[in-house]
Amino acid sequence: MSNSVLKKKENYTPTTNACKLCTPLGASLVFKGISNAVPLLHGSQGCSTYIRRYVISHFKEPVDIASTNFSEETAIFGGGVNLNLALDNLRKQYNPEMIGIATTCLSETIGDDVAMFLKSYREQRIDQRLPEIIHVSTPSYRGTHMDGFHGAVQAVVEGLSNKDFDARSGHQLNIFPSMVSPADIRHLKDILKAFGISYAMLPDYSDRLDGALWSEYQTIQKGGTDISEIKNMKKARASVEFGKILEGGRSSGGKYLKDTFGVPCYSLGLPIGVRETDAFFKVLENLTGISTPDRFVSQRERLIDSFVDGHKYVSGIRAVVYGEEDLVVGMVSLLREIGIIPVLCASGGKSGLMEKTIETIVPEYQPLGISIRENVDFMDIEKQAADFSPDIFIGNSKGYTLSRRIGKPLVRIGFPVHDRIGGSRIRHLGYEGAQELFDRIVNTLIEKGQEKSEIGYTYI
Amino acid sequence: MSTIHILKERERQIYQKGNQPFDMVCEKVSVAGSVSQRACVFCGSRVVLYPISDALHLVHGPIGCAAYTWDIRGALSSGPELHRLSFSTDLTETDVIYGGETKLYQALTQLIDIHHPKAAFVYSTCIVGLIGDDVTSVCKKVEKEKGIPVFPVHSEGFKGTKKDGYKAACDALFKLIGKGAIDDISPCSINILGEFNIGGEAWIIRDYYERMGIQVVSIMTGDGRVEEIGKSHGAKLNVVQCSGSMTHLAKAMQEKYNIPFIRVSYFGIEDMAQALYDVASHFKEKPEIMEKTRELVRKEVSDIYPMLQKYKADLKGKKAAIYVGGAFKAFSLIKALKHLGMTTVLAGSQTGDKDDYEVLRQMCDDGAVIVDDANPLELSKYLIEKDADLLIGGVKERPIGYKLGVGFCDHNHERKTPLAGFVGMLNFAKEVHATVTSPVWQFTPRRDNSG
Repeated sequence: MSNSVLKKKENYTPTTNACKLCTPLGASLVFKGISNAVPLLHGSQGCSTYIRRYVISHFKEPVDIASTNFSEETAIFGGGVNLNLALDNLRKQYNPEMIGIATTCLSETIGDDVAMFLKSYREQRIDQRLPEIIHVSTPSYRGTHMDGFHGAVQAVVEGLSNKDFDARSGHQLNIFPSMVSPADIRHLKDILKAFGISYAMLPDYSDRLDGALWSEYQTIQKGGTDISEIKNMKKARASVEFGKILEGGRSSGGKYLKDTFGVPCYSLGLPIGVRETDAFFKVLENLTGISTPDRFVSQRERLIDSFVDGHKYVSGIRAVVYGEEDLVVGMVSLLREIGIIPVLCASGGKSGLMEKTIETIVPEYQPLGISIRENVDFMDIEKQAADFSPDIFIGNSKGYTLSRRIGKPLVRIGFPVHDRIGGSRIRHLGYEGAQELFDRIVNTLIEKGQEKSEIGYTYI
Repeated sequence: MSTIHILKERERQIYQKGNQPFDMVCEKVSVAGSVSQRACVFCGSRVVLYPISDALHLVHGPIGCAAYTWDIRGALSSGPELHRLSFSTDLTETDVIYGGETKLYQALTQLIDIHHPKAAFVYSTCIVGLIGDDVTSVCKKVEKEKGIPVFPVHSEGFKGTKKDGYKAACDALFKLIGKGAIDDISPCSINILGEFNIGGEAWIIRDYYERMGIQVVSIMTGDGRVEEIGKSHGAKLNVVQCSGSMTHLAKAMQEKYNIPFIRVSYFGIEDMAQALYDVASHFKEKPEIMEKTRELVRKEVSDIYPMLQKYKADLKGKKAAIYVGGAFKAFSLIKALKHLGMTTVLAGSQTGDKDDYEVLRQMCDDGAVIVDDANPLELSKYLIEKDADLLIGGVKERPIGYKLGVGFCDHNHERKTPLAGFVGMLNFAKEVHATVTSPVWQFTPRRDNSG
C-alpha cells in the first residue's frame, strides 16, 4: 500500500445500516418457490447460515440452504471438488428434482467456471438420473437481493425452457410476481382461478415458506412451482411480469421468453392500490375475454368506500417509504390515491430508474417536495427524514429504530419483518391487499393520535 | 422416519449412548452439501467483538456480511451503542478488480470522524483475502492519523471454522490489552471472559462478584469498553465462560501477564454457584470472600427455589434436546434440566471436541444421542425418534422444533432474556415451562388424537 494507491474516490461514503441485502438471498428465495428444489450456495459456510437465519426470522419456517463449504484449499485450488461432493450429498440426503446453485462473491472472485464443472459432473454420471441443476451468478458485490431474485427467475426459465419436448399445450399465462409475500401469492392464485385462467407462476413459495405443521419431517417442504410447468412456460399465450423498475432495467424471465419464444410479455407495476390493480385485471380481462368476477368488483367497491370513510385521516399526511425499488414504486401509487405525500422515497437499490418511474405516477412530485433517493442506507434515510418532518414510516422492520427515534409510527410491509409475527401473511397486492394496507395505515395514524391525546377518547 | 438419510461421512459424528464403544469424530470441516448449522470465521470474530460498544466495527467486503449481522444480538450496553450499527465498505465490482484499500481508508476515516469511537475493528470478509487488500497497513495508517487503535481482524469466512474466528478476535483483543493504567486495581480482582451481556447477563454476574468483594476489572466483551479492556492485564484472575471462544485469550494473558484462569459457566444453579465458589477459593487469603459467597448463594437459591419447584412439578419426566454452539453450555443445560425434572435425550454442539463429547456422554442417560455439527435432517430425525418435548437452540433450530410440534427455548445470542445467574435459571425455567406446557401442542399433528 502506498499513498498514491489511496487516491480518494469522489462521493464515496461507507454504508451504515444497509437498506438492501445481498444477491444470493434473493436467489435462494426463488429456489424455495420451486417444487422439490434445494438451494445450494457455492461459497463459504457463513453465507448460507446467515441467509437462513435472516429468512427464517421473517417466515418462521425451516429454510434449508446447503453450502459447498469452502475451505482455504478450496479457495486456492477452485471449488470444483466441493461442488461435485455437495451435489452428490444433496442428492443423497434430499433427493431433489432441482438443485439451484447460486455462486457467492467468494467463488465468483476466484473465477470458478461452474458451467464447466456442471458439464463434467453430468458427463461423469451419464448413467444416473440427475436432477435439474440450474446455476445463477450472484456475487454480492453486484446488485442487491432483488438482482439475485430476478436473476434466479431468469436462470431457471432459461435453463428449463430449452429442455425436452413436451407434448402438452401451453398455459394461458405465465406470471412472475416478483418478491411478494406468501399471502400475496395466494391472493394472486385466487384471482387467476376465479378468471379460470390456466397459469404457471414463478416463484411460488406460498406453501414452502408459509406452510402447515408436519406429522413427520419433510426433507423438502411440499409446494412450489412444478418443474414441468416451468419447462412449458415457453408455450404460454402470454406472460405477466410485475415491476416497473424491472421493466425498464435488467433482463428478466418474461423478457427472455418474449425474445426467445415470442411469448408476449405484459410488464405491469406491482398491483398495489386501485389503479395498478385495475391494470392487472384489465390484462386478465383481455386475455380471457371475460369480465372481472363480481367478488373482485365488490372488493374494489368496498375499498373505494373505505377510502372515503378514512380519507381525512390520511389526506396530506407525510410518509417516508423505503425498501426494494419496485415495492416503493407500488406503495407510492397507493399513497397518492389516498392523499398521502410520500415525502421521501428511498431504496438501497440503484437501477437509475426510480425517479423517472415515480414521475410517471406522480408527475407533480417536484412541487410536492417529494425526494426520490436510490442507493441509500438507513443512515441517509434518517438524516433526510428529519428534514421532511414525516408523520409515518412505511417499510420493513429495519426502519423501526429510526421511526422510534423520530417518534413517528412504522407500518410494517415487505421483507424482512423481524419484529412482528405474521410477516408472511401481510397482503400488499390486489384490492384486498390495498384494503389491508389502507386499514393499517389509517389505524396506525388514529392510534398515534389517540395515544397523544390526554382525553383518552373511546370514540374517534 | 427411516427416510432421513445420514450421510456416510457424518455417521461417526453421531453417537447413541449404549453399548457401542465411544469413538466420536469431531472438529472437522462441515461436509459439502450438508446444511450445517454452523457459520464461518467472520461469524466467530463478530460474535466475540460485537458487544464492545464504544468501538467502531467496520465490515470490509460486499454488503451481505454486514447486513446479516446488523443489531441481531441481545448484547446490551449501559452507555454507547455504536455496536448496534452496521458499517460496511460495501465493495462493488470495480473494487474487486482494482482493490478495496481506498474505500477502506475513506470509510475508516469518515466513520471515525462521525462517531468518535475509542477503537476500530476492521473485519476482513472472504473476498478481501482474495483481492489482496493490505488491511493491516491501512489500519496502521489510520491509527496514526486518528490517534485511536485500529485493529485488523483476519476473519475471511473460508479460512477455517468459527473457532478460527474466535481466535482472530482474541488476537485483536490481546493487542488492546496492556494499554491502560492498572494502579487502582484491587488484589482481589478478576476479568470476566466469554460473557456477552445478552439481556444484561454480564450485569447480573458482575453484581454477584462485587457483592462477594471482588473487583471486576473488565468484562470481555459484554457491555465492553475499550478503556476497561485496555487495563484488564491488571486483574489477578481470568474467569472464562464460553471457553471455546475465549480460552485462547486467557492462555495468551497467562503467558504474557501471568494471570491464571479458571473455566466456569453461569447457567443453572450448580454451575453458577460453582463459578462463584471457584473465584472465592482463588482468593483464599481473604476468607471473608468465601463467607460472603456462601451467604449470597444461600440467599439467591432460596429466592428462586420455591418457584422452581412449582415449575418442576409440571415438567417432571419431560424430554429435552439440546443443540448449541459450544459444548460447555450443553453441560450446564443438562444439569439445569435435571433440576426441573427433565431428561436430555439429545445433546449436540457445533464446535465441541472429543473431551467435550465424552463429558456429554457421561452426563446423559442410556439411549441419548450425542451429535457434532448436526444438520436439520439429523436434528429432526432424533427429535421424532426420541419423542422430545423441548428443543433448546438458536433461531435456526427453532422452526425445526416448531414444525414437528416440539417446544423451544432460545439459548443463543439473539435472545433478549437473561438466562445466566440464579435469576436467569428462574427465567429459563419459566420459558421452558411456558413452551412445554402450552395448550397449543394438542392441535399439532404429533399430539392430535381427534382426527
